[in-house]
Amino acid sequence: MKIKRSNAYSKVTLYVVAAVFIALILLPSFASNNVMERLTVLFIYIIMAAMWNTLAGFGGLISIGQQLFFGLGAYATIRITNMAISPFVALLIAACLVGLLSWPISTFMLRLKAGEFAIGMWVLASIGHLLVNLDPLIQGETGISLIALNQYAIESRRLLIYFAALVSMSGLLLGLFYLLRSKAGIAMQAIRDNEEAADSIGVDAEKVKKWFFIFAAFGTALAGALWLAQASSFQPKTYFSVQWTAYMIFMVLVGGLGRFEGAILGALLFFVVETWFAATGVWYLVGLGAVAMLCSLFFPKGIWGVIETRLSITLIPVGYQVTGLKPDSHSKNK
Amino acid sequence: MILTPYSQLQATGIHKSFGSVQVLNGIDFSMDTNDAIGIVGPNGAGKSTLLSVLSGAQAPTSGQITLNNKDITRIPARERAKQGLVRTHQIPKPFSGITVFENVFVAAIHSATSSRETAYDIALESIKLCGMLPLANREADSIGLLDRKRLELARALATQPKLLFLDEIGGGLTDAEALQLVDTILTLRERGIGIVWIEHIVHILLRVVKTLICMDSGQIIAQGHPDDVMSNKQVMKAYMGGTDHAVGE
Repeated sequence: MKIKRSNAYSKVTLYVVAAVFIALILLPSFASNNVMERLTVLFIYIIMAAMWNTLAGFGGLISIGQQLFFGLGAYATIRITNMAISPFVALLIAACLVGLLSWPISTFMLRLKAGEFAIGMWVLASIGHLLVNLDPLIQGETGISLIALNQYAIESRRLLIYFAALVSMSGLLLGLFYLLRSKAGIAMQAIRDNEEAADSIGVDAEKVKKWFFIFAAFGTALAGALWLAQASSFQPKTYFSVQWTAYMIFMVLVGGLGRFEGAILGALLFFVVETWFAATGVWYLVGLGAVAMLCSLFFPKGIWGVIETRLSITLIPVGYQVTGLKPDSHSKNK
Repeated sequence: MILTPYSQLQATGIHKSFGSVQVLNGIDFSMDTNDAIGIVGPNGAGKSTLLSVLSGAQAPTSGQITLNNKDITRIPARERAKQGLVRTHQIPKPFSGITVFENVFVAAIHSATSSRETAYDIALESIKLCGMLPLANREADSIGLLDRKRLELARALATQPKLLFLDEIGGGLTDAEALQLVDTILTLRERGIGIVWIEHIVHILLRVVKTLICMDSGQIIAQGHPDDVMSNKQVMKAYMGGTDHAVGE
């Protein structure tokens, strides 16, 4: 008997991912400006969905306040560029600072359970919003532009933002992949399923949850900072809006909660729907809500969950498979 | 701390109350960690709570628990698991979203060893011992009650315990199924693992333990050889009803 952590599909996936990554690097030399701008948005959506899935899907920590980190990531970028630091360096520093701040936040927020945690995070996001409004630099709800970006020509700016988003997404997905495959990854799923039982076998739930919380905060802050770079203006009301978390929930629920591939698929779907139907206004939002509801009713494991079960394939395996088991006479007869 | 064959677990003056409800009412208890002890008693006697207190899942309201004269009363369950004191749950608590193997592996890698390869071996061995190998790749929420009970045991075993607390691991099983579990538990006894076992099915219990404790209303009312305990007047009273007259009615 051996333990395998990859399969035939995942090996193919590795090549496909590598090919896609190289294609995305080469893309700017022939793609139109519009395509690059839209892809930047897609990368940010994938980050957001993957980070929410990290918390809710693998950790059972359902937060409706991730806009706190999204907003703070953007705000910190404004503040840091104001100190004459390049915006592209600033966005990384901003995400690190927000990650650091999420550590003390986690110590009291993770004491809350289930619904209390979810709503508590939302409350915290609103408090964050109000506090940022008090900063004279932001000028209340009027907001401020990321003026520092003007030092770059429009062409190179677009290119830099595209690569920043691509590298951030790839780095975060890779980090998440290794995190989930680590000792902490399997512990987090155990905590999600039964915290008391996890404790009884030696898992330090508090510590594991804290690391996942910080990782998700860091990633979501980076998404916020990138969004600021591509939108170039900051209004607190927009960035601290609960709609960001609603989008994350939509992407993950539709794609597949607790599945690595699910969040990415969900982000792709959301992106396609937004590209084609966003212009229809109210009906677009009604449609999003309806799809999320139908999915959670009929495909509780999301679209990827259905594919995975029907075809029994895993493209990005984070679990453990025992191979070389002797066929069991009992189960064979059944 | 490494438990030697002569380690002693001792509980003194254990009280536990939830609000105004007194569940444990002055428990004094001691055992060698390689002994096998059975705990019986009517529902609500406080058996499971005693197990929770001994394994660290709940802290006692007052009283002290020592392991080799070292106070472990405030040491949480996860630390006690690393020291070799591990429990199973009356109602199985599987990690339902991951596979049987992963359920057991997570215990091995967090309590028994930090080497991945060693943890693989420990997990596979525990699963094999509990007769679950064919189910290793199944998601835990897709297995039946007997297998959930076995999984509780396999997962606890993967921590490489010195003393196991079993909470009604035979409950809800047929006699044949329960006897299979007894075989597994006897294997553990041969390896020198101590057992504290709460069980209603006494004849199953007696295949493993040589000492019986009977609890009622949060107290130990009898302790000793199973025959003596079962024929004890107080024990019969606890089981049969509130007064002597009730017996035979």
